[in-house]
Parts: sequence; C-alpha cells; structure tokens
Amino acid sequence: MSVFDLRLAELHNRLQNKQLSVAELVEHSIKRISDTDDKIGAFLALNEEGARKEAQALDAQLAAGGERGLLFGVPAGIKDNIVTEGLRTTCGSKFLENHDPIYDAAVVTKLRAAQSVTIGKLNMDEFAMGGSNENSAYGLVRNPWDLERVPGGSSGGSAAAVAAGQVYFTLGSDTGGSIRQPAAYCGVVGLKPTYGLVSRFGLVAFASSLDQIGPITKNVEDSAYVLQAIAGHDERDTTSAKVDIPDYLSALTGDVKGLRIGVPKEYLGQGIDPQVKERVLEALKVFESMGAVWEEVSLPHTEYAIATYYLLASSEASSNLARFDGVRYGVRADNPANLIDLYRRSRSEGFGPEVKRRIMLGTYALSSGYYDAYYKKAQQVRTLIKQDFDQAFEKYDLIIGPTAPTPAFKLGEQVGDPLTMYLNDICTIPVSLAGVPAISIPCGTADGLPVGLQIIGKPFDERTVLRAAHAFESQTGFHDLRPALS
Amino acid sequence: MSKYETVVGLEVHVELHTKTKIFCGCSTSFGAPPNTHTCPVCLGHPGVLPVLNRQAVEYAMKAAMAINCEIAEWCKFDRKNYFYPDSPKAYQISQFDQPIGQNGWIDIEVNGATKRIGITRLHLEEDAGKLTHMDGGFGSLVDLNRVGTPLVEIVSEPDIRSPEEAKAYLEKLRAIMQYCDVSDVKMEEGSLRCDANISIRPYGQEKFGTRAELKNMNSFRGVQRGLEYEELRQADVLDSGGTVVQETRRWDEGQGKTISMRGKEEAHDYRYFPDPDLVRLHIDAEWKTRVQASIPELPDARQARYMQQYGLSSYDAGVLTASMKLSDFFEMSLKHTSDAKASANWIMGDLLGYLNANNLELSDVKITGQGLGEMIQLIEKGTISTKIAKTVFKGLIETGKSPQQIVEEQGLVQISDEGAILSIVDAIIAANPQSVEDFRNGKEKAIGFLVGQIMKETKGKANPGLVNKLLVERLNA
Amino acid sequence: MSITIKEVEHVANLARLELSDAEKEQFAGQLNAILKYAEKLNQLDTEGIEPTSHVLPLANVMREDVVKPSWPIEKVLLNAPEEEDGQFKVPAVLE
Repeated sequence: MSVFDLRLAELHNRLQNKQLSVAELVEHSIKRISDTDDKIGAFLALNEEGARKEAQALDAQLAAGGERGLLFGVPAGIKDNIVTEGLRTTCGSKFLENHDPIYDAAVVTKLRAAQSVTIGKLNMDEFAMGGSNENSAYGLVRNPWDLERVPGGSSGGSAAAVAAGQVYFTLGSDTGGSIRQPAAYCGVVGLKPTYGLVSRFGLVAFASSLDQIGPITKNVEDSAYVLQAIAGHDERDTTSAKVDIPDYLSALTGDVKGLRIGVPKEYLGQGIDPQVKERVLEALKVFESMGAVWEEVSLPHTEYAIATYYLLASSEASSNLARFDGVRYGVRADNPANLIDLYRRSRSEGFGPEVKRRIMLGTYALSSGYYDAYYKKAQQVRTLIKQDFDQAFEKYDLIIGPTAPTPAFKLGEQVGDPLTMYLNDICTIPVSLAGVPAISIPCGTADGLPVGLQIIGKPFDERTVLRAAHAFESQTGFHDLRPALS
Repeated sequence: MSKYETVVGLEVHVELHTKTKIFCGCSTSFGAPPNTHTCPVCLGHPGVLPVLNRQAVEYAMKAAMAINCEIAEWCKFDRKNYFYPDSPKAYQISQFDQPIGQNGWIDIEVNGATKRIGITRLHLEEDAGKLTHMDGGFGSLVDLNRVGTPLVEIVSEPDIRSPEEAKAYLEKLRAIMQYCDVSDVKMEEGSLRCDANISIRPYGQEKFGTRAELKNMNSFRGVQRGLEYEELRQADVLDSGGTVVQETRRWDEGQGKTISMRGKEEAHDYRYFPDPDLVRLHIDAEWKTRVQASIPELPDARQARYMQQYGLSSYDAGVLTASMKLSDFFEMSLKHTSDAKASANWIMGDLLGYLNANNLELSDVKITGQGLGEMIQLIEKGTISTKIAKTVFKGLIETGKSPQQIVEEQGLVQISDEGAILSIVDAIIAANPQSVEDFRNGKEKAIGFLVGQIMKETKGKANPGLVNKLLVERLNA
Repeated sequence: MSITIKEVEHVANLARLELSDAEKEQFAGQLNAILKYAEKLNQLDTEGIEPTSHVLPLANVMREDVVKPSWPIEKVLLNAPEEEDGQFKVPAVLE
C-alpha cells in the first residue's frame, strides 16, 4: 500500500507524530513519477526544486507547531490549463510551449493557503478539447489500468496521475465532462462543482460559460477536502457566485435514507455498454439497500445536448483562443512576411487539428448570417435542457446514471472520427449545460476496466452529492481498487 | 449653390475619465512609459477575466441621459472579434444590440436657427492600444497602456446637412460631455474622436446617396474641412457621370484631401456574441434617478438662463456656454461685479481675442473670473479708466495678480484730483498756443489734440471726463 | 446546407488560420458532418424560448474605480516573442 492511500486525517496524524515528514511525501511523489511516468505520460512540467523547498518550509512550520492548512503537506498536481506563476503552463499546446505565466490562478492561491505542495503540471488534450488526451502536443497519456487504453480527457493527466499514485490529488477542469469522464476511465473520483462555485480566474478559457475547475481524488472524503479548499466567491471572476460555502466534510454522514433518486432513461438507452448498464443498476440496488428510493425519469432534451454543446463551446472557444496571436506571448512563426502572415502561420503551426477544427466550427457558427441559426438556437435549446433538470429536481434530490456509456477505449480507436468521439460525452454534457454539480465515482469494473457512476445534484447542493457518493463508496469499497501498475 | 444636398451621420468616441480601466484596476492616466499601465487582464493573458468598473457604467449613463437617450433597463456586453495588434484579446468588449442609451437628441444652432439632431445610440466599450510605426517600415511597436480605457460611442442619425452643422454638433456634444464631467474631451489627445458617414443626393430625392466613411479627422477644423472636401469630390463624381463608391476614406490634413483606403481594408465580419465572462446590467429606476440627479445644468439651459437673467443675446450666451470652463469663468466674474454685460464683452472681445490670436486655451492663461470681476468693479468705481483697464487686463492674463495689485504696482490709479489735472491742463494750454488759437477760432477738433497731450502727459491715468470738463472750462474762460 | 471549400477558406481567414488543401478538404467534410448532426436542433420549436448565456441569474457584478498596481515591465515583456523599447514588436502595420 502506498502512503498516498492513507486518508488525509491519518496522513496528518503521522505528520504530527513525526512518523512522516512533508519532505518524505514530496520525495515519494517525485520517485513515483520518475518510476512510472515514462509509461503513463501524465506530467508536462515538474516543480521538483520548488516542491522540495516548500516541503522544507512546511516541515519547519510543523516543528514550530503552527496552524496547519486544510491540505497541509499533500503533494498535488495541477492540470496544465490552470496558470501557475513561474511554472510553465502550456495547455497541452505547442503554441504555449515556452509560456511562463506572470500570475497565479485563483485556485493556485487557494491551494497555497491550504498548504498543499504543487509537484507539477499535468498533461491534457490541447486547450481541453478532447476526450482521450490524444490531442496533446506533448504526447498521449496512458490509462494505468491498461496502457493500451486512453485515460479519457481532457483531464487525462490529472486522472491518470491519481490512479497511478503519483500525487495525492489533482485539479482538473470540466467543460463537457473533462473531469468526470477521465475519472471514470481511470477508476478515481472526479467532481465537477456547480458552475460559479470555484473561481475561473487563471483557468485558460475553453468555453467560458461551461468551464469549471474541480478535484480528482482517490476517494470522496478527499474530494470534499479539496473542494472545501478551492470553493468560494472571487471578485476577479464576475461569474463566480456569492454563496456561503458550507462545511462539505460534515455532509459525509453515510446516511442516505429517504433520498429520492431519478435515473434518466436516456442515459441508459442506445449506445450504452451492457456491462456499464449492469454496474449502474447494481449501484442503484446498493442505494436501495441503504434506504434511498429511485425511479426512472426522463430528461427529454438529452439527445440535443451534444449538438448544443459543440455549437456553444466551439463558438466561445473560437473567440477565447483568438488571443493566441503571437504578439505578446506564445510561439511566433519565423520570418513572417507581414502581420497577417504572422497571425496565420503562428496559429497554424501552434494549434493541433482538433483545436483548429473547433475554431473553424465556432467561427462558422458565429459568422454573419448563421448566428441565429446556430449560436442563438443552441442557447435556446440550452434553456430547454436546463429546464429538464429543473423539473427533475422538483421531484428528486439526485439524478444518477453512468458517467460514460463505455469503459476506456483503445488508443487510436476513435482518432479521425470527431463525431463518434463527441458521442462519448452524452451523459456528462447535459449536466455541464445545466451548470449543476456532478461527481463520478468508481462502481466496479467491466472486463477489468473501471466503470464510473455519475451522481448529479441541484445547483450548489454539493453536500448531498458528496453524501450519497461517500455512502456508496463506504458500502462498496470500489474506490480501493488499484491498477496493477508496477 | 450646389444642386446636391449633403447628408452626414457622425460616430463619436468619447473616452470616459475614470481613474481605472473599464475591466481592470490599471490606471488610465495619460503619458506613462509604454506598457507600464498594464496587467495580465488588459494584456489579454491566458486565463484572465474582466470585471466591470461601476464608474464607467455611471459615466456612460450620465452621458446618455445628457443627450436625452432612453436608458436600457437591461443590457449586456458583447464581443466584437477581429485581429489587430492593438487589441490584445483579439476581441473588443462592446455592446451590440443592447446599448445603454438609445433614441436621444441634441439641439444645435447654425446661422441663428436651432436644429435638432437625432442620436441613434450610445454604448459603452473598451479602447484599443497604440501602435507606433517604426521608420523605414521595419515594424510597428505596440503600447497597451490605453487598452481598456472606457469609451462611449455616440452614433447620430443622418440628420446633419452640412459640414458646418457637423462642426456645431461636435462642439455641442463636446460641451455636454464637459458639463457632465465624464471626459476630458480633448480631440488632440484622442479623448474625443470622430468618424463621419457622408453622402450627397439631388435636392428633393428621398433616397440617400452612397456614402463614404471618413476617418482620421483629428480636429474640429479637420472634420469640417474633410467633409467640405468630400461633398465636393462626390459632386464632381456625380457631375461627370460617375457613381460614388461605398468605401472608407482617410482625411489627409497635410494634403487637404481624402484618400481612399480601398484594398487596405478587409471586409469585416465581427461575429458579435454575448461575452460569457460578463453578466447582464440591470438599470433600475432608483439607479437611473440617482445618476440623473448628478447631471448639472447643461449648455442649452445655461444659455437660456443667461439670456433671461442677464439680458444677453442668444449669440453671446451661446458663445459663453459653448465651453464649460468659459461659462464657469463668466459666472465666477459675476460674483465680483454685477455688470454681466461688461463681463461678457470683456470675455468675448479681449479674452477670446487674445486666446485665438495666440492659439491658447483658457487654462493656459493666468486670468481668473474673480480677477476680471474685480477689474470691472474698479472701472465702475472710477479707480481706473476703461483705457487703463486694457493694461490691467494684460497684467491679469500674464501674471494672474489681482487687478488691485496690478494697479498699485504699476501706479495705474486714475487721477481724479481736480487741482492736479488743472495744473497739467494749464501747462498744456501754455505749451500749445496754436491749438488754443484754432479752438477759439471755431476748430472744435483742436480740443482732441489737447486732450491727447494731457493724457500723454499723465500716461493715460487722468480721468478722461474730468480732463474734458476742465479743459473746456479753461478754454472758454 | 453544405460547406464549400470556398467557405472553409473564408472562415479560416476570419480565424487567421492557414490550411493546406488537404486540411481544407478534411475540415469541409468534418464540419459538414457536424453541422448536419446539429441540424437535429431544428426539430425543436424554440419560438419564444429565452436563450441561456448564463446558468446563474447574476446581474450588476461590478468593481469600484480604485487603482491597483500595474505589473512590472519585466513581467509584461517576459513572454514577448519580440520587443523593442518596452513595446511589443510586430511586422509593419500598413496605414
């Protein structure tokens, strides 16, 4: 068993009793990365020197007996689209291969306050566009459960690093499922908070109305800890909600008696792997056995979610990624003939195919004559999709279904077929469009590959989501399964 | 008289003088070294987000109300997408279909007649940075200090019918913005900028002609001259059987003509969409009322008041109120004299004459409204003559000292002592027997020469009325 | 509705992307497939439905007009591909 399998409270106990030091935790992380990452490919940048210094300072603080931060001494990895001052941040793109941010993202400042130790930056699909991590300019990430399979995406590095025990927890970002789907594929816990709960300041924007940062952890309790550390209003993010942040840990009571659960029939319909469906139904029986009740519900506009999402997200992305012009940062093409040439070549050389494809789609959807037909239409359908959830939540406390219709697929299997790849997100995208919170937790395996259960809650009701997820994992122990990675 | 009617619509950009930029806390002050008033937000770094400056919104509301716009209850911000090095995000945050203000108007006065010019809309947006072109075409340099300075864009209806009206409209708009205290409105510093759409059509034709968009007019005079050139150019095109092309033209001040920018401009498709990083604005009645209450007396109201209260002509009142600084100067002078007409005459004659002749602004000279008022009071009391006052006035402009001090320092107090004047009168009579003779022989004009000699002798300080009276008495004795 | 190569070129120009002929062909095909898929949205009658640009009903989020320190010039220029005299340098922009 790895020291990273210890629960946070136990870890802190051992630190307190001098059985363990922060330096040892950091060294453990660095060693584990050096042992495994040539196979996995999760890390893009390492902060070894910084992390060691940080560890020293924290150990000194521990010796002096000061107040400890919530995530004291815990090695963490950060998805590479979250900017870290002085620590290279590429977003998985060649365009930013030399980019050293001049400020810290809000969540990075929060993590510093909570006293976790940043070990490095994690691989991802370029600018968070993708569901397999095969769109990174820096090579693919392999699934620790089966090195021939994808880890999911776009937070593929964040999920794989936790599954491989390289760090204690990671941060990911989720636009249409980019935390939940890789968490499901890698057998870890991934939480996408309510839109507006965690500041987006310093998260390199893909689709601003959907992007949200969240934790990827080995268990639900850690997820609650990290969420507690990063949630809260930020005056630098106009879209961050002014809500009181509750105590998430106290929600983990183990009691789900009387909880009303809706199970969307659309999530278990066409295209779902029979084993995945089986695992979900078994999970529902577990909830039943603990005193919750469930029934089927319809979210009738589910089938329109993917088209809606790709139009909206690509449109926003086409504008968000326009700032990568080779003038103030990033790569610049050699010897540009003129300004237009500078723009065209810098962008064409810096962006990969999926990013270009979405920029093209978004530019087209916003261009003169098509705005109403595509962008505005999609925004209206988004309203209908959100209403599906509003109505369901009048009757149910939670909505539960699979995170993804299948387990992790093989590397290279879906490259070159963007539409099929997009369809993997059928269960996560509607949730993103509605802006509500959802967690993916392990619920068993299918042919030896992890299957994720998605628990969806009302806006800002992360407490109920975490409570149900925690009760389930306590009852089943699926989260303790580890890949047989040497 | 041309057979064509000119139709002009103006797009005016006014920089709002907030302390900080519209979406970040960087200072908007002018003249800092390049890129030293920037931060990740206005540099458009990856990951940043805009946060709206409340003051910018309130200035925009104030400006919109002052030009009689309806204020939107709900509005939003949109992204205007285009690539240019002065636009770091490659989009400008602006307002597309829900501007803060719509359907306004202002009145202008041309040739003694009042005309109402409609205002289509006023919206809030962010300014771009500054590009400097290196000598020899080796490149251009980008300074992003100005990026994010709040701007309002004010679009007029095509109601303007002559370059002169265009100038009057601009001047009125500038005065209103100045009165509202929302902008420095200096065209030379770029805090007021103007583009124009101009077309011509035969008189009586209802349909508008094809328009040209004029840019780069950097002064009020430039706007007028550019439009004057363009209406003639378009008339020449039509008269020679051609058709006017819809295009953007640049006013070249040096050459005194407009030059086509065709080929240098691409067809734009700005792909406007609501900025997902910003939330909507809700302007409720309470907020509106509060901002409305902060709007001071505007030029038209002041002009009317001057006419009524001080009996000034419409023209005079109009000149005095065209600039708020001048108008405030006038009002300050009236705290020290009750002779409003005298003050108005001094301002419109001597003061503006001096400023125009030396190409200066009021703020460039040291005279204050109080100084002028006190000087007029000295004339009223007979301490100085109107003639001496010209010398005092010069001192006010150049030194800023009080008129009393100038009079004392330069010994300019009027001589009103009969004995003193009489002795000089006698001396002059004695020294000029021929003129005395001429006067006595009926040549009335000779008296003028003698008065002149007395004034010369007293360096102009003798009370002219007294001199006249005593001289005539002596000559007739 | 079908996207032609010419439209692909127009869109690429708007987005300041330079595409090879093969990429143009590929994108035309893929965009057509995606947009054809998106046509299913037209099955829905959205007459009178408010568009959602934000899931949170937020309005009037503003800051006060208070100056904050700007960034030091070394940081501003840290990642600049080319700079001169404290400014970002680009190829000559035609006037």
